[in-house]
Amino acid sequence: MISLEGFLQTLIAGLLLGGLYALIGIGMTLIMGVMKIINLAHGELMMVAMYIAFWMFELFKIDPYISVFIAVPVMFFLGIALQKFLINPVLKVDSILPENQVILTVGIGMVLANLATIFFKSDYRSTPVNYATSAWYLSDYWKSTPLDLSLSVPWTVSFLFAVFITVSLWFFLSKTDMGKSIRATAQDLDAALIMGVNVKLMRIVTFGIGAGLVGAAGCLFIPIYYLYPSLGGQFTLIAFVITILGGLGSTVGAIIGGLILGVFESMTATYIGMGWAPVGRFVIFVAALIFLPGGVASLLRKQRFGK
Amino acid sequence: MSLIEVINVSKHFGGLAAIRDVSFEIKTGEILGLIGPNGAGKTTLFNVVNGFYSPTKGEVSFKGKRISNLQPHEICKLGIARTFQVVKPLQRMSVLDNVVASAFLRAKNKSDAVQIASETLNFTGLYDDKNVISKGLPLGKRKKLEIARALATKPEVLLLDESFAGLNHSELNDSIEIIKKIKERGITIMIIEHHMKVIMAISDRIVVINYGEKIAEGTSQEIRNNPLVIEAYLGETKSA
Amino acid sequence: MKKYLPLIILAILSVLPLIGLSSYMMHILILVIMWSAIGMAWNLLGGYCGQVSFGHAAYFGVGAYTSGILYYKLGISPWWGMPLSVVVVTLFSLLLGYIVLRLRGPFFALATLAMGEVMRVTFENVGGLTGGTLGILIQKRTWVSKFGYYYIILFVAAGTFFLIKKLIESKLGYYFVAIREDQDAAESLGINTTLYKTIALCLSGALTGIAGAFYTNYMGYIDPHVVFALHDISIVTIMIVMVGGVATYWGPLVGAIIMVFLAELIRSIPGLGAAHQTLFGILLIVIIIFLPNGIVGDFNKIKRVFKRETPRNELN
Repeated sequence: MISLEGFLQTLIAGLLLGGLYALIGIGMTLIMGVMKIINLAHGELMMVAMYIAFWMFELFKIDPYISVFIAVPVMFFLGIALQKFLINPVLKVDSILPENQVILTVGIGMVLANLATIFFKSDYRSTPVNYATSAWYLSDYWKSTPLDLSLSVPWTVSFLFAVFITVSLWFFLSKTDMGKSIRATAQDLDAALIMGVNVKLMRIVTFGIGAGLVGAAGCLFIPIYYLYPSLGGQFTLIAFVITILGGLGSTVGAIIGGLILGVFESMTATYIGMGWAPVGRFVIFVAALIFLPGGVASLLRKQRFGK
Repeated sequence: MSLIEVINVSKHFGGLAAIRDVSFEIKTGEILGLIGPNGAGKTTLFNVVNGFYSPTKGEVSFKGKRISNLQPHEICKLGIARTFQVVKPLQRMSVLDNVVASAFLRAKNKSDAVQIASETLNFTGLYDDKNVISKGLPLGKRKKLEIARALATKPEVLLLDESFAGLNHSELNDSIEIIKKIKERGITIMIIEHHMKVIMAISDRIVVINYGEKIAEGTSQEIRNNPLVIEAYLGETKSA
Repeated sequence: MKKYLPLIILAILSVLPLIGLSSYMMHILILVIMWSAIGMAWNLLGGYCGQVSFGHAAYFGVGAYTSGILYYKLGISPWWGMPLSVVVVTLFSLLLGYIVLRLRGPFFALATLAMGEVMRVTFENVGGLTGGTLGILIQKRTWVSKFGYYYIILFVAAGTFFLIKKLIESKLGYYFVAIREDQDAAESLGINTTLYKTIALCLSGALTGIAGAFYTNYMGYIDPHVVFALHDISIVTIMIVMVGGVATYWGPLVGAIIMVFLAELIRSIPGLGAAHQTLFGILLIVIIIFLPNGIVGDFNKIKRVFKRETPRNELN
């Protein structure tokens, strides 16, 4: 029996989750769109950020939401370092297999995940903040509500943070010079070069931003999720699904893709069962690759041209 | 006798019409030139004839039969071969192997393919370079390799996309000789080119495209004096 | 001399067990030979045809479970799985290929990765047929000594080697490489790229599947987590070929020797064992940056590094 209340609650949970997912996806879609780089270590970068947030909380009692301001710069510079010292050299190398760059990121991911296991052990970690189980109830504000819906505090705060970051990113990309240069590089590398955009710098910065975004996502996730060294893989997959679903390089697409995925997972968890989430993700992924390779963004574009 | 007929072909990408209602025919044994300013849609037209794109409207027929719904490899098997504007050598293979790979289409076995390939290399003057890895070839020879590869499929029609671009004077003359020899063998040729002198000299007829539409068709004399054509090229140097 | 190298190596490998090796050494050699077979199979699709598969575990696992399910559900000797897996895995490859071969480059790679994982999760959840996460255990091993297993896998690997060599030198080989170098150009030259990519995938899959079926018989126990493993099967396969040399005949064997011995070395040093993924990851990164065509492929590069260290006679 599907109750309206249950359905709405599941929908809300899905949207909140989707907002966070979108943040993970935007980082990847930027990297794939601007640099045409497939980063199979994306989830591991998030894992690194989560460990930063964890240890900040564990050692210094710093709230994960504050850690965002610590982790993001750290991840930004880590991203830049990876791009400059590992990824760029590989792009220059001539080899039979063009997929070298993908394999490189697999190697990076392996190293990061394994190092985390060695240093931090595979135990499940969490940051038990005192508001972890608090929630805002609709019935507290509207006494005679027909449906009692609730918003979990950490979920909602994380979601709002994610929205704020996404909006800031949007401003950065559309209003600032550097943001426009990045978008130019994504659209047409050669044209950007000719226009005097420092393409090399843009690519490095973009990887940094992508890493920073997924780092922020990590800090926003740790209040509501468990942390362990090998959790990177599933988040890399999530990032890919969102990127393909939304359309390569499209931030709007990533947002819509994230929300779709979040709602989908929430619905399957409630009405079908928890174990099927990973399979569902893979199936959406392959289906999107085959049937909608341009993602939601291509549908939006078609709308605009009226064809 | 028309070998290939392009009938009211249009090709749209999203909302953009790259080619709009273009019709012409390629007559057996002739060299048909296709000219037009950059971005006019010439290569797109080749891609439609060759099977890489299917036309949004209209159709292409070869010897009376419709081919616009076929895959590029099927079209090649029927006898239409093409070269690419940005040359696509099979980089890590030697010159000989490049042509052997395409010769397999008509060859009965490997030694037959090698035979066909060797003859073709001889014909195009590349035989001495047969063991050079094609990645290391200078542009002029790479363009010749494109042609050799296409020839090894024993086509009836050859679509050449800017085979003369970037060549120096002696390479140009060389290539023109090869084209003439190809025509002598009875192969019909359609050629996209920007080199006005070359196109005017070797083409039997010329079709002119601008903004995706055919604006003129005729002999090189007629085209040279056509006001529409001159206007389309206004601002571009007439001598090449 | 070079022409007879394959036969010489085969002769050496055939005679090796007879000189009296420990069971442990035999196990290592069997692993090396099995991995070189898998590597060669992957190389056919990836190195020669240019379609980089990140999900070869799918074929390995289906082959392994062909043997496993024959035993578990039908009570038939799992050895029958080896010939049967050729049919089963080929059919499976046709289906998989139909889905993924329409994608190009990195998207193909990602889709194959996804499919490998889908297979793993599926086999974990269809317990009735496959034994689920508990896996399948073969109660009685066929032989105690490793001799039989060794010669069987040697036969498979040698067969794979010679088959691939023959193929690459034939029309198929030219077509595969043409597709790798430039798929559009290949199409224009009359090559039915979809057909030939499918052939490459099915051959590659079937050869990998046989190794999987062998694995079930040799190890005596399989479960989805092991035989459909992303890191321990799919990625290791890629590493073997990349380290040894993509698109070379000997690359996979060289790579298998290095990787298996390296893994054993790491395992034997106390404390280092936990870091094996880190070391593998670093090895992968180093190879990608400095020796992208592997040891065999970039052999000239390696020679040059050593030559520079000896003084050269400038006057000659």
